[in-house]
Amino acid sequence: MNLEMLDEIMRTYGYEESGVVAMLQDIQRKERYVPEAELRLVAERVGIPASRVYGLATFYRSFSLKPRGEHIINVCLGTACHVRGGARVMDKFTRDIGIQPGETTPDGKVTIEPVRCVGCCGLAPVVVVDEEVHGKMNQKKVSRIVEECRGVHREGVQA
Amino acid sequence: MAKLIVDGKEIEARDGRTLLPVLRGIGVRIPTLCFHEAVSPYGACRLCLVEVTAGKRTLLAASCMYPVAEGLVVKTASERVIRARRMVAELLLARCPGVPRVREIAGELGVQASRFPQRDERCVLCGLCVRGCAEIAGVHAIDFASRGVYMDLAPPFHRASETCVGCTTCVTLCPTGCLDPLDFRMPPSRHRFSETRPAAGCTLCASESFRSDHGH
Repeated sequence: MNLEMLDEIMRTYGYEESGVVAMLQDIQRKERYVPEAELRLVAERVGIPASRVYGLATFYRSFSLKPRGEHIINVCLGTACHVRGGARVMDKFTRDIGIQPGETTPDGKVTIEPVRCVGCCGLAPVVVVDEEVHGKMNQKKVSRIVEECRGVHREGVQA
Repeated sequence: MAKLIVDGKEIEARDGRTLLPVLRGIGVRIPTLCFHEAVSPYGACRLCLVEVTAGKRTLLAASCMYPVAEGLVVKTASERVIRARRMVAELLLARCPGVPRVREIAGELGVQASRFPQRDERCVLCGLCVRGCAEIAGVHAIDFASRGVYMDLAPPFHRASETCVGCTTCVTLCPTGCLDPLDFRMPPSRHRFSETRPAAGCTLCASESFRSDHGH
């Protein structure tokens, strides 16, 4: 992220300490993760210790400090989804894509992450792909999602 | 001044203080791990719990955080208090079975063994090092990172801190002796006569942690 962009984000929230979470969210929306350099700069410009911003960024699971893929597949493993087979959905994703939960494919196309409840338990088991909710998941739907993620970048994703 | 009743006896205490120093001042023994006079209280370890009745409400409160007020009725060794402290000690013992201070406190409360699954941590997450670093050293080199069972204490990005001055305040305050100043410090080196040499290093005052001009 270039400096002007980062500065604009920080200006939106008035360089205030109370806006740091929102700043990190905006950074993550642009970069798909929170890079160390940006995090340190936020601390410096807002005038709070880097240790506190790091504590904040690691406290919330929604922030990632590691680079993530172009497509992020969130598999819900909350209580309702667990009961309705969320773990099997996760298994199928990790097998088909060939990475473990929390990992990103070496080509940087897809990241699989577990989440604990996305707030629509009636649709369990639920998967959220790039902020789009897919409910009542089954093995076939998993295959279709994997195809779709690959479809856009077919050349890059490993079998 | 405020009048309060502690274990049936009426005492006077200055407004603005918290219960713990007042109680200790009249000779009540209260175990603590996360409390230190030099930094602000935090209420993390829950060992200093006492039973406080304010008006109609009675509750267990961390005495290190509870402000003195007129008419409080405090019980420091009721059955409820002892039971709560024993539970806290048991949980701490499960987390840190190898820490002498934790064993000692548990022993004093009559807790010999823990029913909970054991871990082998040294740190009780009391946060004394964080407060010492922020309030005494004023450099905020470390803070809590992550959350829940993954929580630990770390400099930013779990790497040697750029702001740490090597004062070892954190090491001095730590009740469990789990801190190694080398975890937090800049790569030790000292700039002198236009060349950078590795510092010999004093293990007590950590005075080798001068910043190098050569980009460390």
